Amino acid sequence: MLDTTAFDLRRYIQGNNHSLGVWITLIALIVFGVMRYDNFGGSYNISSFLNYNAMFIVIAVGMCFVIMTGGIDLSVGSVAAFTSVVAAYLSPYGIQVALPGAVAAGLAIGGLNAFFVVAMRIPPFIATLATMLGAKGGALVISGAQTISIDWTSNFTKLGLEKAFGILPWTIVITAIVVVGLWVLLEKTSLGRTVLAIGGGEDASVMMGLNVTRAKVLVYVLSGGCAGMAGLFLASGFGAGQPLEGVGWELSAIASVVVGGTLLTGGMGSISATVAGALLLGLVFNILNFENGRGVISLSAYWQMVIRGAFLFAVIVFQSRVASTAKKGTI
Amino acid sequence: MTMDNNTVQNAPKSSGPKFDWSVVSRHGGVFALIAILLFNVLITPNFLHPQTLFVNISQVATIAIVAVGMTLVIATGGIDLSVGAIMALSGALAPLIFTSPFAEANPELGLALSIIVPIIVALACGVFNGALVSLLNVQPIVATLIFFISGRGIALVLTNGNLQTFTNPAFSYLGTGKILGFPFQGYLVVIIAICVWWVMSYTVFGRQLLAVGGNERAAELSGVPVKRVKIGAYVICAGLSGLAGLIVVAINSASDAARIGNLMELDAIAAAVVGGTLLQGGKAPIFGAILGAVIIQLVKYTLLANGVADEVALIAKAGIIVLAVYVQQARKE
Repeated sequence: MLDTTAFDLRRYIQGNNHSLGVWITLIALIVFGVMRYDNFGGSYNISSFLNYNAMFIVIAVGMCFVIMTGGIDLSVGSVAAFTSVVAAYLSPYGIQVALPGAVAAGLAIGGLNAFFVVAMRIPPFIATLATMLGAKGGALVISGAQTISIDWTSNFTKLGLEKAFGILPWTIVITAIVVVGLWVLLEKTSLGRTVLAIGGGEDASVMMGLNVTRAKVLVYVLSGGCAGMAGLFLASGFGAGQPLEGVGWELSAIASVVVGGTLLTGGMGSISATVAGALLLGLVFNILNFENGRGVISLSAYWQMVIRGAFLFAVIVFQSRVASTAKKGTI
Repeated sequence: MTMDNNTVQNAPKSSGPKFDWSVVSRHGGVFALIAILLFNVLITPNFLHPQTLFVNISQVATIAIVAVGMTLVIATGGIDLSVGAIMALSGALAPLIFTSPFAEANPELGLALSIIVPIIVALACGVFNGALVSLLNVQPIVATLIFFISGRGIALVLTNGNLQTFTNPAFSYLGTGKILGFPFQGYLVVIIAICVWWVMSYTVFGRQLLAVGGNERAAELSGVPVKRVKIGAYVICAGLSGLAGLIVVAINSASDAARIGNLMELDAIAAAVVGGTLLQGGKAPIFGAILGAVIIQLVKYTLLANGVADEVALIAKAGIIVLAVYVQQARKE
């Protein structure tokens, strides 16, 4: 009896050691922040931190699905910029129109990615690179390269400002729903298991009779939809559609997924660890702000790029033992 | 672009579909170039003016130089996302060096250092990328992501995010100098392309690089120093990116770390792919990459010269990339 529990625990840690690092680091950073800064654990900081990072979390979770199939989605940043403009244009009709509108626009571009990858058999890296450029161009065309102010009189503004049930902003509630929904999809449905199986071995999955095409279409459409949602948050957070935003978001999202312990070769991955990865990257910036606030040091915002890169490096070195035992991919 | 599209669609209809596909896909870039040139001669005002040629050469040079390096990396089956960030880093360093008091006291030495130091830093970045990829077995896209994020950050920290403007005719020669009327960097591109082509075709390193990309395991078993060859590819790519960063700064007589080489990784990858580089590795068409860079530059120019907005040009670029890879894909199957 005692033997088996000990064995199970060891196996659990071994099986999860790729995402263990992110949790330990995240908790360590939070403890560090709470102990060092007065208002770090305050409700205002927590709420505004989550509110700002909601869009990055949503994008990272969508990206995680694509990466689990062994693919990649470089278009998410541009798609978010595009749908932020869509959301701003739709804001006079209220959130009930803007939310579905922005998500639908994201889903449509995700569908285009799926068409390129699945039907035209273009490598995901290139296909989504093309939609990245296309969506960026599209965002600039429909907005005339201007930020599009949202309608402040409609209920659209409630999204970022008003608190659901008086506790947390709507943005955070919606993000939580998306994350939990996608977790259920991955862990509890056959479609989710197919996604993982594809990353483990696409040919084998086909031979096992799994509906590979359906699952691959799903992940790209899903990632597009998540990016669409992020665009909505972007418009609400900044009070305007931002056609020029989103540059480099795809790489932050990939970094979140990688920091969360998911290998880019696919076949495995964790939604919760990806969220932790996104939080971790956001927290670096948050702590930097607090540190500057103490007035002892003054690191410019540029340092956050350097520190994020260093973080990614540390995690990669930590992971490299896991990665070297897994199968090697080309890109 | 439209003409190329027609060629592709009409190809199977004519005689033997298999034969025509291979002709189109093997020389797709050339067809596209001819189509764009014809279109421009007919439509674009003043296209045959020498000034147009000079403008395009001076703009295409940086894309072409980086694309050559990218081609080598892709030939090993990898990818380098950090090229734009490395351009920013070297572009930020150069003015810092030649505007320093030491360099102003010793202008010649200062000029030499302002070219040599940034390129050495770029090469060091390449060693870092290559070591991560080959020694730690990190996937190339992740390994180069580190510098993609932090390289530009370092450049911005160094310059405090400020635009550095300068007047230094000797350094600006890199970007504005002319030999026999043609821009200096145009010659640079030709020399680099010929050197790299020679290395790839006639040296052991070149053949080993292609072997690694073709089948890494087989190359390793037959005694190719796979790790060293891969590091070499990343180092060359980073060094060429560093050089391209210097040229951009020289053209503008100003250095803005936030802008130098922005989205260059995409242009370079697109140029390499349009030029016929297979993303799976094993092929390194150097002159193809130059051709790809020229096509991308010409498409950009054509659209801008005809009053099409910059943003629509992006969409066109996207279309070209998809088309090029689709044609490539069709050849493989």
